[in-house]
Amino acid sequence: MTAVTLTETGPGRRGDSFLSVQDLHVSFSTEDGTVKAVDGLSFEVEKGTTLGIVGESGSGKSVTNLAILGLHNTEHAEIGGEIWFEDQELVGASRTTLERLRGNQIAMIFQDPLTALSPFHTVGRQIGEVYRKHKGASKREARDRAIEMLDRVGIPNARVRVDDYPHHFSGGMRQRVMIAMALVCDPSLVIADEPTTALDVTVQAQILDLLKDLQDQMGTSIILITHDLGVVAQAAHNVLVMYAGRAVERGTVREVLGAPRHPYTWGLLSSAPRLGSSVDVPLKPVRGTPPSLLNPPSGCRFHPRCDYLKQVGPDLCSTEQPELSPETGHADACYLTLKQKQEIYTELMEGR
Amino acid sequence: MLRFLTRRSLGAAFILLIVAAVTFFLFFAVPGDPARLACGKVCPPETLAQARHNLGLDQPIFVQFVEWFFGIFAGREYEGLGHCPAPCLGYSFVNREPVFSTIVDRLPVTISLTIGSAIIFLIFGVGTGIIAALKQGKPLDKIASISSLIGASVQIYFIGTLAMYFLVFQWQVIERPRYVPITEDPIGWAYGLMLPWVVLAIIFTANYTRMTRSTMVEQLGEDYVRTARAKGMSARTVVLRFALRGTLTPIATIFGIDLAGLIGGAIITETTFSLQGIGRLSIQSVNNSDLPMLMATVLLAAAAIVVLNVIVDALYAVIDPRVRLS
Repeated sequence: MTAVTLTETGPGRRGDSFLSVQDLHVSFSTEDGTVKAVDGLSFEVEKGTTLGIVGESGSGKSVTNLAILGLHNTEHAEIGGEIWFEDQELVGASRTTLERLRGNQIAMIFQDPLTALSPFHTVGRQIGEVYRKHKGASKREARDRAIEMLDRVGIPNARVRVDDYPHHFSGGMRQRVMIAMALVCDPSLVIADEPTTALDVTVQAQILDLLKDLQDQMGTSIILITHDLGVVAQAAHNVLVMYAGRAVERGTVREVLGAPRHPYTWGLLSSAPRLGSSVDVPLKPVRGTPPSLLNPPSGCRFHPRCDYLKQVGPDLCSTEQPELSPETGHADACYLTLKQKQEIYTELMEGR
Repeated sequence: MLRFLTRRSLGAAFILLIVAAVTFFLFFAVPGDPARLACGKVCPPETLAQARHNLGLDQPIFVQFVEWFFGIFAGREYEGLGHCPAPCLGYSFVNREPVFSTIVDRLPVTISLTIGSAIIFLIFGVGTGIIAALKQGKPLDKIASISSLIGASVQIYFIGTLAMYFLVFQWQVIERPRYVPITEDPIGWAYGLMLPWVVLAIIFTANYTRMTRSTMVEQLGEDYVRTARAKGMSARTVVLRFALRGTLTPIATIFGIDLAGLIGGAIITETTFSLQGIGRLSIQSVNNSDLPMLMATVLLAAAAIVVLNVIVDALYAVIDPRVRLS
């Protein structure tokens, strides 16, 4: 064995989290009432690691991440709680503070690169202007930097393509451009909001590999928002499972995908197809539909769709809201005992 | 781009030829004898025949059209009236001079009227539209919406007449509008046309405010605008460099149409403010059965529309690279 000691600096080490979200609340006032999109969410991201945030549409994944950069509509959204990035508190930070952070220390990669890139400007300009804005570079330097970045994300003939417009690129190439744009200022945190959803599967893998490579080279932390468990398994170190604006399970990829503890996570896992499982066993979707956030269910928000209320006891699930426990490590928000969870999960897996 | 422009220019020329032919033949379909008009009140038959001959009216309509057409490029001789140099759009038997020189005489008035008001309504319309979009739902937005609704509802013969009555005659805060060539006296030029500019602008601004506001609101919700914000671009840059860019296409479209309409002759405006531009010229030529003059004004209006259409199409490509022509 070579003398590489990864234990001290390797991914997954706790304690030096540089993004910490504490008890985040985001609500939107609409004509029908207040929508609590995120309701008491806490999580941490450690340096150089990838946190995968999973959940159905409308579970508050994207809203959380827009809130980190203050990109939500300030007119209608109300934000509570704390978001600490290094030594800065971002909730209620001034516009200029946020503008200095955006694209510079925290960058975002959006889902659909066709609509997320400006159709009116060349990719070189779109990449370069971030560099100019934050690093005070000249036009010339910004252009050179844009070429360098395009080259780095694997766009062939970058020197020529730098003057092309987004519509000249294929979907996968466009997402590479998006990544180049996000990484141009060497941000310490990249938020990737479903970066591969709009792409076909082969390109998806390439993009995830690219993100991983860049993370290895530059030590960037990544928040990877997705509803695709495969993507999480492939690209993330830690996982946060969200349901109806709250975290229901948290842990390393191995813990959450290997020994999940929350009924919702079980549901997600059993609704995903697996290689090697028998083809005539039907996929089992989570029954019911996600709750309306205008009027969320009382108690545990998952209880109307949960199959294990009886095991917990009479009314606990529909009256009391479970918190994530324990405080650190693999945690979940469910009243089932650890033993029950293990038994139920083993049973579930045997059926497949 | 060059190929596009050549192709479109040829198309434009063809359309103008058709417009000219239709106008020409329509004119002869309506009753009225231009020769009798040219001849005067007391007109003995032989003088009438002479006038008819001099104007070429004794020839078949088709021959007349061909002669008129070639006159544009080669000039024409009118027996007893003199030479009409190229581009000869005909000889006005009412004004007793070549049509082209009358047009050249009147065009600066119309152009001045058009450009002055266009600058005002473009700046104000787009400006208010942007502000309204940014202050969506706020009092400022409501004020802009209401005033543009009012602006869109009034007509030039209403607001123009009111302005003339109160501002010029009643309170005498501004002099009667008049045209002074810009080359002679730029300040007098602007002062003389101020009132018609403002009145025209009030009517046109509304359209631009509404168009800018609605498109801008749409653009502000676009993903790429959010990306620009996520990149740390300042609010100003996001609005002016990103969102506004997407708003320009529909504005260019209506601006081209409005501009063409105004150059073709703001008939009511020129009449309201007693300005001797193309608009009044066209009305006069209809009343006088002055065929060559009428042909010229119709052709000018058509040319304005056709040419501005080509320009607007080319502008689309400048604004939005996705429609760039290869």
